[in-house]
Amino acid sequence: MGRSLNIKAKSVPGPDEDTITISVMAARRALSRVNLSPSSIGAIFVGSESHPYAVKPTATIVAEAIGAAPHLTAADLEFACKAGTAGLQSALGLTEAPDENIPVKCALAIGADTAQGAPGNALEYSASAGGAAFLVGRENVIGEIDHTLSYTTDTPDFWRREGMKYPSHAERFTGKPAYFKHVMECAKRLMENTQTSPSDYDHVIFHQPNGKFPLAVAKRLGFNKEQVQTGLMTPIIGNTYSASMMIGLAAVFDIARPGDNILAVSYGSGAGSDAFKITVTDVIESYEKGRAPLVRDIVNEGSFIDYSTYLKFREKIKMEGE
Amino acid sequence: MGKLLRDVAIMGIGQTRFGEMWDLSFRILGIQAGMKAIKDANIESKLIDSLYIGNMSSGLFMDQEHISSMIIEEVGLTGAHVPATRVEAADASGALALRQAIFEIASGQSNVIVVGGAEKMTDVTSDVASDFIMAGADKAWEGLFGASLPSLFALMARKHMHDFGTTREQIASVAVKNHANGARNPFAQFQKEIDLDTVLNAPKIAEPLGVFDCFPVSDGAAALILADIDTAKEYCGEPIRITGSGQGSDTLSITNRSEITMFDSTIKASKQAYDMAGVSPSDIDVAEVHDSYTIAEIIAIEDLGFFPKGEGGRAVFEGETSLEGSIPVNTSGGLKARGHPFGATGIAQINEIVLQLRNKASGRQVKDARIGLAQNMGGTGGTSIVHILEVD
Amino acid sequence: MAVARFWRNQDQRYNLMGSECEICGRKFFPDKTMCPVCHRKSIGKMKSFRFSGNGTIESYTMVHVGMPQFKSQVPYILAYIALDEGDHVLGQLVDCDISEVSIGMKVEMVFRKISQEGKSGTIQYGYKFRLSG
Repeated sequence: MGRSLNIKAKSVPGPDEDTITISVMAARRALSRVNLSPSSIGAIFVGSESHPYAVKPTATIVAEAIGAAPHLTAADLEFACKAGTAGLQSALGLTEAPDENIPVKCALAIGADTAQGAPGNALEYSASAGGAAFLVGRENVIGEIDHTLSYTTDTPDFWRREGMKYPSHAERFTGKPAYFKHVMECAKRLMENTQTSPSDYDHVIFHQPNGKFPLAVAKRLGFNKEQVQTGLMTPIIGNTYSASMMIGLAAVFDIARPGDNILAVSYGSGAGSDAFKITVTDVIESYEKGRAPLVRDIVNEGSFIDYSTYLKFREKIKMEGE
Repeated sequence: MGKLLRDVAIMGIGQTRFGEMWDLSFRILGIQAGMKAIKDANIESKLIDSLYIGNMSSGLFMDQEHISSMIIEEVGLTGAHVPATRVEAADASGALALRQAIFEIASGQSNVIVVGGAEKMTDVTSDVASDFIMAGADKAWEGLFGASLPSLFALMARKHMHDFGTTREQIASVAVKNHANGARNPFAQFQKEIDLDTVLNAPKIAEPLGVFDCFPVSDGAAALILADIDTAKEYCGEPIRITGSGQGSDTLSITNRSEITMFDSTIKASKQAYDMAGVSPSDIDVAEVHDSYTIAEIIAIEDLGFFPKGEGGRAVFEGETSLEGSIPVNTSGGLKARGHPFGATGIAQINEIVLQLRNKASGRQVKDARIGLAQNMGGTGGTSIVHILEVD
Repeated sequence: MAVARFWRNQDQRYNLMGSECEICGRKFFPDKTMCPVCHRKSIGKMKSFRFSGNGTIESYTMVHVGMPQFKSQVPYILAYIALDEGDHVLGQLVDCDISEVSIGMKVEMVFRKISQEGKSGTIQYGYKFRLSG
């Protein structure tokens, strides 16, 4: 299974971690890298398919935990694995043009998940946990979002019914008509609109449910392996769902240089893709990225656990009294 | 300051055996101890002016409050509508109840008071009990974050070992000594000797403490009859005077203390008691201290002034607090072997000192015991109470 | 369900919000209405102070048998931590093995799930610690 999916290891959240704790840590780390008062954050969006509460937003807890409350708007988003980038687009919309009637100077977009798969199911092999937070604003930006567009259809490739613990998927249907169709149509259209071609980009990041799909779609679109490499994290951390593409993007920013061109395309089942063309600015040189650990350093901090500990942590075995 | 207006003395004592008393309800435990004390004092019930009962948590363990009324009814004193008062300070409830009774007599308000302590802790499962006993420490800032009562003492133990070189063996030797003493006490929950290896290899609770470093969950009741010295002499051949009483407080949570290797509340309480009694630590012939955990006994004997700070572990290990030692501590078996029904312990400690001073502690008698001390502590030291007793 | 009781302490649990006595400068966690040293003079003179979460381990223990709510987590490490700015705090030490821990090591605060009121009640989030540096 490992070789066919190109996944060697996956991240497992501890019993005291969930999408909320991961979102808070990602947000705190993002904030630590800029000299910004948390009260200037005017919006927080958290996209996930594993919010701890079905009703009560993750975003408000993040707001309190980073000191941004109460003068802000906040909401949780849901769109399978692209809930985080949906938040990125919302953040972009609110902060794009200065307007005294919508006074949002900067916004936080977070994608985080503690994904679950039924024991023995293929999804269990890859479903993992992680989060990424992006601070979106107008000043002192490390990357300009030059263009964003999306491709959205009603395609039931992967779903979870209300009340069910584990999701279901339509097996091979999740490939061509779902992931590949949306990612490719979205990427192609963005490149057309911006009159760019694959060779213009230094880095491309795709949603990465396994280590194979992003390499396959890159090849079909005309990108080479080197362009995909930095942003491909799934082989060592598994599929972090809503954080998937965003963690890849964060890994790229860890090493990006001024002038780098980035294409980032997410995918969420159900289905849709959001694409972003990003140009890295000079500000990246003075950016205090050292104030928080780099993505690959965080991965290296982890230690391995066995399957029974994993079952206990992920509450797949009922402990006494539960 | 710190002087009683009238001298007080103990006329009679009584207690139930401590342990898992499945057949005995709280009421029955209470009356059994009370009756024994009244019989021992050889007085009639109509002499009793007032009743105090020390109990930490009838509400949590038995879903019942207002147990002062429950107990006074059980002991049959409601006909005369005798005033009854329940007193609480976690596991120092017993000694605190005694202290209130002392003041009531010393002030002239009453002449004879029944003072009891009782707790029924085995009607709930052990993990629930562990949650309830944490209510004696800081539930919001310690309990919520993962601290159980043993873990708080484990933190103290590790710091004591780090700061003073106290060893795991020295700490464990407290349990060995107390079990050896408990084996000679017919009221003790555990009457079997254990060896050092058993303590060291016991299942871990919170490192470095294991099962044998911790008090057991117990039911039990203890009572005594307290009176002004004149009444006591009238009825009792050998009244035992309470010559010193002291009390100290400290923060509920250990995080707000100056040091976690000492109990400031015990230092304050003992100083007050020593001053009132006009004695010093070296005058004490026998002591009952609050060994809810083995490390607590080590810290207590330092804070009571029996040994310099940091020397407590060595002193226990080398036998200085054994029955033959320079200052025998916990001849009853302590909380560890005698058992620890939270509200009853404070009174049971006093009762052991009374037995020793009366020369009636057969099998574990300290030779020529004339001055005794009892130290009762609540939780991790939020309250400490020290009493000093002397033969009349 | 103790919703309000837990909600009242959110700022303390999430952000280590304590107090600083404006008279003597001492810092306390959790927050206090009155300084235990300055007493009456400090009433109205206690301002909010947010601890950084950085501190030093002064003692620790590995809990094997704890309270029922923590059953699924045992064994875990409980640490007694001296916060850099003053005062102490108790918290679990996570993401490390007991063999790596000793008195004197530096720690930093992490945001974790502390407890929950059963499967349908609210979740309490707050501070735990991990080794830093």
